[in-house]
Amino acid sequence: MEIERAGAHQLLRGGPVDGRTLPAHLEGAELERHIEERVLTTTLDRAVAWARSNSFFPLGFGLACCAMEQFHAAGPRMDIARFGFEAFRASPRQADLIILAGRVSIKMAPIIRRLYDQMLEPKWAISMGACCSSMGVFNNYALVPADKFLPIDVHVPGCPPRPEALMHGILKLRKLVQDDPEAGWRERYDALGTEESPLDA
Amino acid sequence: MPDATGLELLGRELGDAVLETVYFRRRATILIDPTQVRSVLATLRAQGYTFLASVHGVDHYPEEPRLGVLYELLDMSRIDRVAVKLRVPTDAPEVQSVTPEWPTADHQEREVYDMFGVVFEGHPDLRRILMPEDYEGHPQRRDFPIGGEPVHFTHNDPANDAPAR
Repeated sequence: MEIERAGAHQLLRGGPVDGRTLPAHLEGAELERHIEERVLTTTLDRAVAWARSNSFFPLGFGLACCAMEQFHAAGPRMDIARFGFEAFRASPRQADLIILAGRVSIKMAPIIRRLYDQMLEPKWAISMGACCSSMGVFNNYALVPADKFLPIDVHVPGCPPRPEALMHGILKLRKLVQDDPEAGWRERYDALGTEESPLDA
Repeated sequence: MPDATGLELLGRELGDAVLETVYFRRRATILIDPTQVRSVLATLRAQGYTFLASVHGVDHYPEEPRLGVLYELLDMSRIDRVAVKLRVPTDAPEVQSVTPEWPTADHQEREVYDMFGVVFEGHPDLRRILMPEDYEGHPQRRDFPIGGEPVHFTHNDPANDAPAR
């Protein structure tokens, strides 16, 4: 850390950094321009949102045929690792994005809700495919749409959606998290203040 | 399959439990008295039909008696199949369970109970198997509403009610 700080100091003052010799003793307009070119300023929130949105940890939760397309999104052709979403987690405690890939039966819904509740904040949910958004061809007594028990951020249409469509959905979510970090489900569902805190336990 | 004559002979073995024998498209079916299902299946097992391939339910709505249960039996040494059918009314949908003799019927009878509401007497653990345990009704009955959610399609979008071009 000290070394980095010294490096930044030298960078601003124009001293030698990493063996490269920079113009010494810049002043005035030249110094301004030097700083503009080399220093990036942002807010902590935006920096955190940038980091989060580029490394979602999806909870691998395939429910039906959509899961096949989800696997292919992680496979070599689509390769969501390019965007940093390849770390599919088997435990909800380590995940911050649940992709509901497939049909949700009435019997499965409480289990999914429980998994979602076990995920750590902040968390997002993608409903993949027709079944879990509008119940698709299985619109009957056995299924329940995901919106009834989860705050879904992105719906990906299709039956099943191609891996490209899921990619597009995840990138939409990335854009949402980057551009509007406050647009989480608590905001949308008027649930601010319901965050769990270790002090409540 | 037994041929038509073989089916008649098989029916004769079963005595007064048989209500009807049907031989249709090389498929032998015996319609039996629902109270005697256990003895009928025991007799057929002694005849060589030792494998209960499937138990499933049927709803013959609006005919009465409405609910049907089918037992598909297979003789594995002769590659010979016979189907045993019975019918029970919805107001008294009780059938003897064959699970004690045919353990494979356990889950299948639970499914028929879940989907059609046929109660199998003597079943060791007659609970719903597919639907949640607090679910009301038997969804595969033909008078059960199909359920589901209203979906916003093009044809039921009010914005599309404009007169046709």
